[in-house]
Amino acid sequence: MVTVLNRNAELRQRAWDAAASVVDPEIPVLTIADLGVLRDVVLDGDHVEVAITPTYSGCPAMNMIALEIELALERAGFGRPSVRTVLSPAWTTDWMSEEGRRKLRAYGIAPPQASNSRRALFGEQAVECPQCGSGNTELLSEFGSTSCKALWRCKACREPFDYFKCH
Amino acid sequence: MSVANIQVSETPQVLYALRRADDALILGHRLSEWCGHAPMLEEDMALSNIALDLIGQARELYTYAAKIEGKDNDEDKLAYLRDVRQYRNLLLVEQPNGDCAQTLVRQFFYSAFADLYWRAMMNSRDATLAAIAAKSEKESAYHLRHASEWIIRLGDGTEESHARAQAAIDYLWAFSGEMFAVDAGERSLIHAGIAIDPEGLRDRWLNTVTGVIGEATLTLPQNDWMQQGGRVGRHSEHLGHLLSELQSMQRTFPGLTW
Repeated sequence: MVTVLNRNAELRQRAWDAAASVVDPEIPVLTIADLGVLRDVVLDGDHVEVAITPTYSGCPAMNMIALEIELALERAGFGRPSVRTVLSPAWTTDWMSEEGRRKLRAYGIAPPQASNSRRALFGEQAVECPQCGSGNTELLSEFGSTSCKALWRCKACREPFDYFKCH
Repeated sequence: MSVANIQVSETPQVLYALRRADDALILGHRLSEWCGHAPMLEEDMALSNIALDLIGQARELYTYAAKIEGKDNDEDKLAYLRDVRQYRNLLLVEQPNGDCAQTLVRQFFYSAFADLYWRAMMNSRDATLAAIAAKSEKESAYHLRHASEWIIRLGDGTEESHARAQAAIDYLWAFSGEMFAVDAGERSLIHAGIAIDPEGLRDRWLNTVTGVIGEATLTLPQNDWMQQGGRVGRHSEHLGHLLSELQSMQRTFPGLTW
């Protein structure tokens, strides 16, 4: 009995590790575990079901991520895995891990801030430049190259940079 | 050649979801018409991003509508295989893009409502609607900020931009009242705690709108006669043209997939 439980725990861990290794196709330094998109891995016999939560409603990366999860699990030896999308509770950038934030900054993207600044209609946001660390930055465009990012510029080092919007 | 329209069993709850899904899809489609045509790159990205958010919201709402309907329909059939008279969106969102001012005033009126609406819907007793609301609320806040900044920039800009923004407000104003209309079916959902009463949002909506429009040195029309019909399938001439483009692939090649 104990052996079976151990085997299940070990299998589930292997499935989790495989799913957790999938990266965001648009920000390849972040895994879906870093993002907080990976919610659950359920093992039923030899069948694996992975639960993920969408980031932005229209994020086109979600389909790609679901496909990559299936491929990763099959490579890890799990036949016919399935991916389920859960809407509740809704994903928030607060779920991004510290490790994820650190990797984002190193990649040149300013990580999301705490959510209280978002509501202000014309409120000032203070975003730190991921290149030089200066807080002397300005918003260039509320919407950037993907749905999760805004375009900013650092007035100290003059570098433009992406900011992962708080959501 | 054409494909038969699907039939939808419009129970109050299915209809409720369908109306909001249609709003999001049609407005998202309108905004996507700007892709590659906006006057500057940042704006091209902004309008396309907002379109993407709205189409994403539409997908979730269609999927939900199909699930509670419990028939053979799905998000694609609901979007691609209903004709004009089966669409339930607000007249506001199907109005043509016109110039930038018209596109942004349309967005501003809608987003100022959507922002309040989705925030209130986070308390819906329906867990799926509450979850969709939690995502949409955050997106709407960005949409509203973007549109508001443009209204001020245009209104308080040049003589030309001011005149265009004012003309857009005068044209679109009569379509704003439909957002607050409620029929008997929706009233029952409001009582059940599934939907919220939009009437309760009107004062705050008007506050946001008059605040921004005042700062933009523009004025709201005095007339309060409001055009309605979209919610029951009586649309302006514009929606048919829009759908003929949106649906052309599925109508021409039934069941086409990527």
